[in-house]
Amino acid sequence: MSTLAHVGAGASGAPTSPSPEPAKKSRLAYLLLLPGAVWLLVFFVIPLVQLFTVSLQSQFPGYPGYYYRDVNVGNYWRAFTDFGPHFGRSLLFAGLATFFAFCLAYPLAYAMAFKAGKWRGVMMILVIAPFFTSFILRTVAWRQILADEGPVATTLNTLHLLPGGRITETWMAVVAGLTYNFLPFMVLPIYASLERADHRIIEAGGDLYANGFTTFRTVTLPMSMPGVLAGTLLTFIPAAGDYVNAELLGSDNTKMVGNVIESQFFRVLGGFPTAAALSFTLMAIILALVFVYVRKFGTEELL
Amino acid sequence: MAGNAGFREAKGDLRLENVTKSFADFTAVDDLSLVVPRGSFFALLGPSGCGKTTTLRMVAGLEQPTSGRILIGDTDLTGSRPYERPVNTVFQSYALFPHLTVRDNVAFGPKRRGLKNAVQLADEALDLVQLPHLAARKPAQLSGGQQQRVAVARALVNRPEVLLLDEPLGALDLKLRRQMQVELKRIQTEVGLTFIHVTHDQEEAMTMADTVAVMNHGRIEQMGAPEAMYDLPTTAFVANFVGQSNLGAGRIIDTDGDRLVAEVQGSRVKIPKARSSVHSGEVMFGVRPEKVRVRREQPEGIGDDVKGVVRDVSFIGVATQYLVEVPSGAIWSAYEQNLDVEPIDLRPGDEVWLTWQSGHAFGVPPDDDAAASPMVIDTAAED
Repeated sequence: MSTLAHVGAGASGAPTSPSPEPAKKSRLAYLLLLPGAVWLLVFFVIPLVQLFTVSLQSQFPGYPGYYYRDVNVGNYWRAFTDFGPHFGRSLLFAGLATFFAFCLAYPLAYAMAFKAGKWRGVMMILVIAPFFTSFILRTVAWRQILADEGPVATTLNTLHLLPGGRITETWMAVVAGLTYNFLPFMVLPIYASLERADHRIIEAGGDLYANGFTTFRTVTLPMSMPGVLAGTLLTFIPAAGDYVNAELLGSDNTKMVGNVIESQFFRVLGGFPTAAALSFTLMAIILALVFVYVRKFGTEELL
Repeated sequence: MAGNAGFREAKGDLRLENVTKSFADFTAVDDLSLVVPRGSFFALLGPSGCGKTTTLRMVAGLEQPTSGRILIGDTDLTGSRPYERPVNTVFQSYALFPHLTVRDNVAFGPKRRGLKNAVQLADEALDLVQLPHLAARKPAQLSGGQQQRVAVARALVNRPEVLLLDEPLGALDLKLRRQMQVELKRIQTEVGLTFIHVTHDQEEAMTMADTVAVMNHGRIEQMGAPEAMYDLPTTAFVANFVGQSNLGAGRIIDTDGDRLVAEVQGSRVKIPKARSSVHSGEVMFGVRPEKVRVRREQPEGIGDDVKGVVRDVSFIGVATQYLVEVPSGAIWSAYEQNLDVEPIDLRPGDEVWLTWQSGHAFGVPPDDDAAASPMVIDTAAED
């Protein structure tokens, strides 16, 4: 989650609009930045440095749970070799969840922006309402929804569409939970970019010989790309680091990196350096992926 | 391309037959019939909310009429989708695709129609609007005037049978606007397409169009060549919306040869029969401000006159405008060209005679609603 906080801070901390009185304005800007900067320094930068030093520590031989300062790169090597499948699952599940969330969110955002009329406000509340309940509680509720005797599993079993016979404790449950939990983060940016679009531009597509589908493909969708990009990042990044869904909805075979970090930190004696190394590796992988992704699909607004 | 399915070729005059468009609680366009000859520059002029933009959108296919038919030549286009019509629009806000370069914007239409030389056509269209050097830019990097030209090129490149312009100059400053008026007129002459230009600016309509139709409350009040319409308005609304008019309500009391004699607020005035749309009873008498002369003494043998008191004098440069209160209490305006070496030095409060040749007078049916005071200097309502 710390990666998400970093992305958010980066977006809000750049008030570089041109101004008539640059000197005075920029002093005010720095003043306004100060509380956020202090917050980030104390609760993000310092812990991050601390975590980095931990990730390089070595254990005192024969004294489990005791460490000394070191530059033990082996922690990283071990993190990667021992928990490779977990990294793979994290990226795969987060990718799938992002894809499904996009498939669900785009039509919803489109309907809200263009078709909802007076229902727009109601739909907006429905999208945001889940935030009023705890993340954990909602995920627990999904265990009921997907339970073996629950309506979804029984229906799919009756139709012989469920190869393993159950949804809970499979990757499907984890991906479903991730998709559900991060859906609003996909809907809202896409909605914002569609809602902002000048309706006349979409009409211009029709006026210039593009039928409904072609107009969508060549005009509406490209125009909403900044929203799609923001939505996919806001979904993928926290989903890749998530452990609650895999913990509550999955099994040992569906553990993600988040679960390993959690257990290394809190349950494995002497797991601190490994957990720290895992955290850093995950962060590096996500940053690299996001960089490539934004480079490829990004607009001027993001890079 | 899939986008070109159902495209209808059609050539000829644009015809609107009894077109009505009603929204939930009001009628935007009311039983409108209209023929726009092929290749003409046609202006739809009216205040905001008069139905001119709705009419345009119905021709484009962006709205469907509640009743009536829209045809080009013999092809009935009523009910067809915008992409099926040989009609293109230059939108008020330009509506350029922000994610495409200027060249791709212009090539959009030809590409949808599956033309192999779309890019070449786009470059030719950009030549026509004199912007070939900006082809690789994005719309956001252009000025308002340049975006406007791109919008024109993007529509023109398709060689539509009818090109619709929805207040295309509304967002430009005055100087650029004059420049673009000349430019659009040049382009229209060059390509010879039917242009329909919607505007609330009467000067714009008159300088550009061959034919002007003045719309009000969803109907056409008057249609004709700009000169003819200015010279002889047939309704009080047109008299005040197209240029300014000095109007006075009165009644026709006599005829004198080919002239009607009317009593207007205590004065007797004459109106040529051919220039009055009413020949008996109540009439709205009118005369244009530049046809009215201002004199210190009662003039002899020029025509009709009325005595008044100067209320305001504004020097405009080429002319001086006088606002004169006539006995009825109405304020008339008069433009005097500054021709004399020693102009008459009038000040507010001076008594003067207003005089005009009765051949310039016109009569329209009385209309309380539209008999707005000629004090309104800028008749062009802002949207």
